[in-house]
Amino acid sequence: MLSDKDRIFTNLYGFEDCSLAGAHKRGHWDGTAELMARGRNWIIDQVKASGLRGRGGAGFPTGLKWSFMPRKSDGRPHYLVVNADESEPGTCKDREIMRHEPHTLVEGSLLAGFAMGAEVGYIYIRGEFIRERQLLQKAIDEAYDAGLLGDNAASSGWRFDLYLHHGAGAYICGEETALLESLEGKKGMPRMKPPFPAAIGLWGCPTTVNNVESIAVVPTILRRGAEWFAGLGSKNNTGTKIFAISGHVNSPCVVEEEMAIPLRELIDRHCGGVRGGWSNLKAVIPGGASVPLLPRHICDNALMEFTWLSDNGSGLGTAAVIVMDESTDVIKAIWRLSKFYKHESCGQCTPCREGTGWMMRVMDRLVRGEADVAEIDMLHDVSKQVEGHTICALGDAAAWPIQGLIRHFRHEMEERIASCNRQANRMAA
Amino acid sequence: MQRKFHSEQPESFEFSDGNLAWARKQLEKYPDGRQAAAIIPLLWRAQKQEGWLTRPAVEYVADMLGLAHIRAYEVASFYFMFQLRPVGSKAHIQICGTTCCMICGAEDLIDLCRRKISPKPHQVSPCGRFSWEEVECLGACANAPMVQIGSDYYEDLSPDDLSNIVDEFGRGRFPAPGSRRGRYSSEPEGGPTSLAVDNQKRPALAPAVALAMRTTNGGGES
Amino acid sequence: MPNLYKLMIDGHEVSAEGELTLIQVCEQAGVEIPRFCYHERLSIAGNCRMCLVEVVGAPKPVASCAMQVRDLRPGRDGSPPQVRTSGQLVEKARHGVMEFLLINHPLDCPICDQGGECDLQDQAMAYGIDFSRYIEPKRAVDDLDLGPLVETHMTRCISCTRCVRFTTEVAGITQMGQIGRGEDAEITSYLNSTLDSNLQGNIIDLCPVGALTSKPYAFVARPWELAKTETIDVMDALGSNIRVDTRGRDVMRILPRNHDGINQEWISDKTRFVWDGLACQRLDRPYVRRSRGLEAVDWDTALTAAASAISAGRKLSAIAGDLAPVEAAFALRQLIEANGGVCECRVDGAALARDNRSAYAGTARIEDVDAAKRIVLIGTNPRVEAPVLNARIRLAWLNGAEVGQFGDAEKLTYDCHALGSDIEGLRSYCESLTDESTSGMLVIVGQPALRQNGGDRILALALELARRGAGLLFLHSAAGRVGALDVGFSCDGGIEAALSGANVVFNLGADEIDIPDGPQVIYQGSHGDRGAHRADIILPSAAYTEESAIFVNTEGRPQLARRAAFPPGQARENWAIVRALSGVMNKPLKFDTLAQLRSTVFASVPHLERIDEVPVNELRPLPVRSGRNSPISSGSDSFYLSNAISRSSAVMAEMASLGNAKRQPERMAA
Repeated sequence: MLSDKDRIFTNLYGFEDCSLAGAHKRGHWDGTAELMARGRNWIIDQVKASGLRGRGGAGFPTGLKWSFMPRKSDGRPHYLVVNADESEPGTCKDREIMRHEPHTLVEGSLLAGFAMGAEVGYIYIRGEFIRERQLLQKAIDEAYDAGLLGDNAASSGWRFDLYLHHGAGAYICGEETALLESLEGKKGMPRMKPPFPAAIGLWGCPTTVNNVESIAVVPTILRRGAEWFAGLGSKNNTGTKIFAISGHVNSPCVVEEEMAIPLRELIDRHCGGVRGGWSNLKAVIPGGASVPLLPRHICDNALMEFTWLSDNGSGLGTAAVIVMDESTDVIKAIWRLSKFYKHESCGQCTPCREGTGWMMRVMDRLVRGEADVAEIDMLHDVSKQVEGHTICALGDAAAWPIQGLIRHFRHEMEERIASCNRQANRMAA
Repeated sequence: MQRKFHSEQPESFEFSDGNLAWARKQLEKYPDGRQAAAIIPLLWRAQKQEGWLTRPAVEYVADMLGLAHIRAYEVASFYFMFQLRPVGSKAHIQICGTTCCMICGAEDLIDLCRRKISPKPHQVSPCGRFSWEEVECLGACANAPMVQIGSDYYEDLSPDDLSNIVDEFGRGRFPAPGSRRGRYSSEPEGGPTSLAVDNQKRPALAPAVALAMRTTNGGGES
Repeated sequence: MPNLYKLMIDGHEVSAEGELTLIQVCEQAGVEIPRFCYHERLSIAGNCRMCLVEVVGAPKPVASCAMQVRDLRPGRDGSPPQVRTSGQLVEKARHGVMEFLLINHPLDCPICDQGGECDLQDQAMAYGIDFSRYIEPKRAVDDLDLGPLVETHMTRCISCTRCVRFTTEVAGITQMGQIGRGEDAEITSYLNSTLDSNLQGNIIDLCPVGALTSKPYAFVARPWELAKTETIDVMDALGSNIRVDTRGRDVMRILPRNHDGINQEWISDKTRFVWDGLACQRLDRPYVRRSRGLEAVDWDTALTAAASAISAGRKLSAIAGDLAPVEAAFALRQLIEANGGVCECRVDGAALARDNRSAYAGTARIEDVDAAKRIVLIGTNPRVEAPVLNARIRLAWLNGAEVGQFGDAEKLTYDCHALGSDIEGLRSYCESLTDESTSGMLVIVGQPALRQNGGDRILALALELARRGAGLLFLHSAAGRVGALDVGFSCDGGIEAALSGANVVFNLGADEIDIPDGPQVIYQGSHGDRGAHRADIILPSAAYTEESAIFVNTEGRPQLARRAAFPPGQARENWAIVRALSGVMNKPLKFDTLAQLRSTVFASVPHLERIDEVPVNELRPLPVRSGRNSPISSGSDSFYLSNAISRSSAVMAEMASLGNAKRQPERMAA
């Protein structure tokens, strides 16, 4: 198990002082200017060497992403945008950073902004996180008052302004280009790529969008060294990670653990085990709503890392673990996700706008068993028609949970239909 | 769900002096000529002022930002936190109904609201004080099931807990937000498995709860 | 030379500029890609997903409308990137999109006006399946009231957003948008308001389905019943290229044709919806005024009466109206001059110099607007006088051009700063210019500027601007004006001189002028408008859709209008009436056919033979005289009722009264 000394977010639960003074005590904002004095390239190289992969779901190497920003400005400003639109069902990790460890994010923003030549950063926080926004704003204000932001931020000689901006209830704004649209004051409709934000982003300027956790771990990586971070976890899955475990465990929680920790260990150690014991486990969604679920027999040996989970037909996503015990109506659980995606589809492109509603309605009948067995295959086919054909990844995200359900629980769906038919026949008789 | 302007609208809207000053300050966050960026925060502030988002308010904000009314309407109708029709005067209860909360009992909370407030979502209770809706994941999944009321999250709820919370609002009180199962924040129930701190040493209330209790009855700055 | 990139399309190597998108390159290579949202004159939306193609090596199909050639990666071995527009991946993607588009689309093709020319219907034939796997309830959407022109059936909408993009980008209005989200997203106009644009009809063409259809054309005809004639519009002086659809003798609708140099593929609402005016108030037989008023007579009687009036005339003059074709003007001039009369087409008194083509057709072309860096409007409101040109100015402005004006045009669809308000202002502006400051400058002079006091000075100053290097475009309001001037249908002293002392006036379709009491008037025209009311003899003639004729547009480009339908009743082609009259007078003109007439015209005015070419006019400046200063006006705001045909149209009348009703409260407020 990860020891407290290797935890980055040592005030994850807010037990300690969240203010700047408290952050100082925990070692944040320590020698920030010296880190910056080592130069932009050094920072990017360190982040690359740490093996940090984006914590927002896609797992793209963070250092590599930063290196896509133009080395020099062509006259346009560069922007850092922090994606704090945490809305993936099951995911509640960034919230803890913003309300309890805000200074890790503020300091990380300064370092990341400097590394990318950005003098301005925006944090886009979901609108519902009102208290989190207030607490994070307080941290930003503290940082300004202490000279850690603004002109000559943290006495580094670099100017950096950090602004907090909020949304108003749209999951799609977690998609980076939809987020930029929303930040520009429009509907959150994803843009087509290319061009990528690093070339044409916020207001047409080079922009990098990073998840809260990706940015917040950077100061500690730079202070403790890339080797320390790279030494945790496994190859290609380095470092620590905040996991959020919800659903049918004895004590759901948010916890920072080592990457690649076995799923079962994570649940047993921090969540008091599955409700009714491991044998009562039915399925786990290991990485937030968008990734396919895994039935118990696959969960037995699951490692909570990008590689293992994608090799086994799922994904680490945001490391939001949704646990379902045997009492769960798993068809209904996935139907509710279909409803979520239908609700959150922006309506821009055809397959997602039309497909999410269609899938949700078929799922709706499948929950009750009021369907034909052939419709399971049809549903799968429809999900394949959505997947890969949309502007952004929401279409894929809507398709995968259903595909996972059909892959692992087809028997249950068929049985539901059969029992519905039996009942109908009895009524008729 | 169709999201359009409510059929009955007030005559006009204006920001209060305080809100107008605040709104002007917001514009400073964005580069010159990019003030349209402030539309969501300004619409949100307008909603806070009126309780719901009225057509005059949308047009007022659009005019303030130099935007066509239709562009502001697009935004107001796209983002679901904007209430385009009146809500309960004391509390509008937003129940997270997405899978994590659903499998932890959110449906019971919804049933309670149907019985206690109104049979349908977005329908103001006969007394005019309450309304409810089911919303999508609010990002507090490790504290499921939960609801948002105003600026705050009420977590780890049973139907009885929610019933009591609604009653409290009805009495004009402000029940403390946070977990109803004695958790401080999102640590495991019964005590943390990491980062343990002596209970005596930690502040009595978690930061978000303390902030809520400090600011007037759940309102305060946004 | 632009940087060319090599790529393979379906196995064939092509070279293309980097900024082209795949859909454009495929089109150039002769491969048609199905699409709904993509339109080459609108911004790229990429939302319909019908145009997906396979790019070898890409993880998923890409939208060919949005992917630029320069963003393609070459193969690992450096071979050119490969694009496949067919094959299993592409077919599956298109079938999928097609199915999604159809699940919520009503199956009401039999009662849909788009039937037979519906992109969705056509693509469904190619990519659809003949049964539906979708058994859930379909979506229904409330219709909008966009006014008298555009009918809506929003349940059919596929949310391609072409209408939103057109109205926002081209028409320059901000009324349309898409509200809500997901499957409940709806295209709407703000609070269901009627559209405030005289280009709105174009959204009917743009709509790939039957969501936006023509209200006047509703349930009138099916496309396959219609005869289609490619011709030229005369509702303004642009000479927009149009297609007139007829059934029997009736014009059923008018649609735009593409002409990059003129109207691209837009037309104004007057051009599009005027057709009901072609069937109303028509002069379908000759009349002669007798004691009881105008009496219907036969052609012989009418022509004899006209001939004797002309022969007896002390002073004979002829005037030509706004819609006069070149051939008729030429023939009439021959006839009138043979009888010692004078001709004039500048019936509004515009100070156009008759014998100086640079001083009535300018030196610039319409398409020069696109590249202009600075556009100077002098006494013109293009939004009213030529909405399609106005859209082009807007596009130039969107691309960075500055627009300024001398005049008082309001509600333009671009920022237009005031450069000055009067003639002296124009003069000092002109004097302040250097060669450098006129580079990229395009001056557009409107007829309101030339009609007013000091119009001749404004003309001279405009030519002076051209002399200093600016391009010069006259924005005419009459489709027949440039052609009439080209064939010399004008006289020294203009309209005043022409009418002064005249006791016989031959009026070739001039309905925008009051002929004073006194002279005997022979009116030749198509509609019972002002000219016919003042007439003593009426010779009924064809309208612009009813005869083959040349019109020269505002930039000086001759174009050929074709006959789409026959004139009503006894009405005849304009040139033929003049020829017949000359016969009755025993002074027959020297042609018997239109072809013979045309060769005479071409022999006399050679550039008219070069159809669709804009002749280069040698700039001949005029002396800038001093004179009284006066403000420069941009004319009135009335668009819909500018000529006899549009004044006969019920649709135009409705639009005009709607506009007045809208303006009323504004005036009250002001």
